[in-house]
Amino acid sequence: MANSTTAPDGGGETRRDFLLLATTAAAGFGVAAVAWPFIDQMNPAADTLALGSIKVDLSKIAVGQRVSVKWRGAPVFIDHRTPAQIKAAEAVKLSELKDPEPDKARAKKPAWLVMVGVCTHLGCIPKGQKPGERKGEFGGWFCPCHGSHYDTSGRIRKGPAPSNLPVPPYTFLTDTQIQIG
Amino acid sequence: MANGGTGTKIVKWVDTRLPIFSFMDHALRDYPTPRNLSYWWNFGSLAGVVLVVMIATGIVLAMHYTPHTAMAFDSVERIMRDVNYGWLIRYIHMNGGSMFFIVVYIHLFRGMYYGSYKNPRELLWWLGVVIYLLMMATAFMGYVLPWGQMSFWGATVITKLFSALPWVGEAVTEWLWGGFSVDNPTLNRFFSLHYLFPFLIVGVVVFHLVALHTSKSSNPLGIDPRGPQDTIPFHPYYTVKDNFGLGVFFIIYAVFVFFAPDFFGEPDNYIPANPLSTPAHIVPEWYYLPFYAILRAVPDNFVGLWAGLGYIIINAKLAGVITMAASILVLFALPWLDTSKVRSGRFRPVFKWFFWIFLLDVAILGVCGAHAPDEPVFSWFKGFEYLALAQITTAYYFAHFLIILPILGKIEKPLPLPTSISEPVLKGGSSAGASATAQPMEKA
Repeated sequence: MANSTTAPDGGGETRRDFLLLATTAAAGFGVAAVAWPFIDQMNPAADTLALGSIKVDLSKIAVGQRVSVKWRGAPVFIDHRTPAQIKAAEAVKLSELKDPEPDKARAKKPAWLVMVGVCTHLGCIPKGQKPGERKGEFGGWFCPCHGSHYDTSGRIRKGPAPSNLPVPPYTFLTDTQIQIG
Repeated sequence: MANGGTGTKIVKWVDTRLPIFSFMDHALRDYPTPRNLSYWWNFGSLAGVVLVVMIATGIVLAMHYTPHTAMAFDSVERIMRDVNYGWLIRYIHMNGGSMFFIVVYIHLFRGMYYGSYKNPRELLWWLGVVIYLLMMATAFMGYVLPWGQMSFWGATVITKLFSALPWVGEAVTEWLWGGFSVDNPTLNRFFSLHYLFPFLIVGVVVFHLVALHTSKSSNPLGIDPRGPQDTIPFHPYYTVKDNFGLGVFFIIYAVFVFFAPDFFGEPDNYIPANPLSTPAHIVPEWYYLPFYAILRAVPDNFVGLWAGLGYIIINAKLAGVITMAASILVLFALPWLDTSKVRSGRFRPVFKWFFWIFLLDVAILGVCGAHAPDEPVFSWFKGFEYLALAQITTAYYFAHFLIILPILGKIEKPLPLPTSISEPVLKGGSSAGASATAQPMEKA
């Protein structure tokens, strides 16, 4: 094999190796370039991404009432908290929390708690939005699937969920209207 | 096939151009099969038959099904009510999933008891585990298609497992979903892949069979055939035996299809999917229950221990996912974890017991998976919840593979192996030594 491929100057083998490497690299690059569209097509499409934001009127939500609205295919919990609930949320020491976050960082206005109502464990909708539903040991929300307890600030306190219920990007347009997303 | 007839000439003409007849002859008639296979050896071919049934009914169902969130549920109901024999075809497909897993679980545990995974059949075993993994993925995606409550929430919980991956978890989950939750793009791709995967399974089954015909069938004694007196041709002996078993299997299958079609199902899946309301109790299909129990069994304090060992990025969710994945992947290592040279459990007096304890352990895990973690196991004793039971049985599951099997193979004293397969048959069970192997083969 070596004899037939060796060029008169004796450098043929090296040159052939180089050509093989270069061809393989070019082909590899080509395969990767073609593969990417087939991988990326599974990511959220432009129209899915465009379903960005919703406006919610808060004036109809009484103190102590909790409301769910749909945003990006999942519920957003809006909780008009009572002073007692706010006090309970603010009194918790950060050292007691699995995912330490002060209540002030989670609620733009203490009376209004806005967060994505999807359990951070495996994506169930926690109970506690409707009156009479189990609210868990900390008076917030309770996920029935695998037993995660959230407090009145939506922070994980007990159970398998790794983190607090996430706060979506939102802004107060007026005192009684917010835009989520 | 009469000698010299036109039929034979056509066969010969085809065979010299495409050796399909000699291939079938080689695979079915010439294939020397141990003469002592019991009915536990029926389940491989049964699984193959169920795979064909599933593909046939599935292709028909796809002609009537609409993979869209707004129409999927109704199109399935239309199949049930309006399409001619649609109810029958769907019930065959639906129960076929459960039947497939029953047959494959028996096949798998048979392999475990008789040591069918041992040298030289390690790759045969691996291919089987690959088929099993593909089956789990296929069944999961198929269960999503009717777009009922369990479809939606099962899909949500399982796809969310990927969000436990460090750093890339969220991106991977959104990539799987094609959005920010399980929605129409998810349903569409699951339909496409649910159609594809069975054909991937067919491909791996072909490799499984090639490996089988290379290393040859194992047998209840676990010793190698010594010569022609130990084997019989596959056809007609085992085609008859397999077909008899197939008849019995079809009777059982038909009982479910016609008299208890929803026995394996969840009533909640007849409620259309609602992304804003989780069912009180999400349960996967029965064949996933042991693994679901393992997923939920990993406690917080255990994670703390892992973190102490240096796995800082691990949280309870990730640890649960890793444990569940490990519970299946450990099967790949089984041929090397079992250190005993004796294949058949029949000659391993201690292993035999551990095998049945292991089977019981898996069954208890299944029961744990079907109950809420904080539910008490006994109504009269509140202190012992299913979570604790699942943790004990999960620990035992891994102990069986990682501690018991490696040690047992070293310390157990196996019973004496027979010298050949045909010896007990030809000599009426008395051990007459190696001379029996020289006896001519007789019809058993």
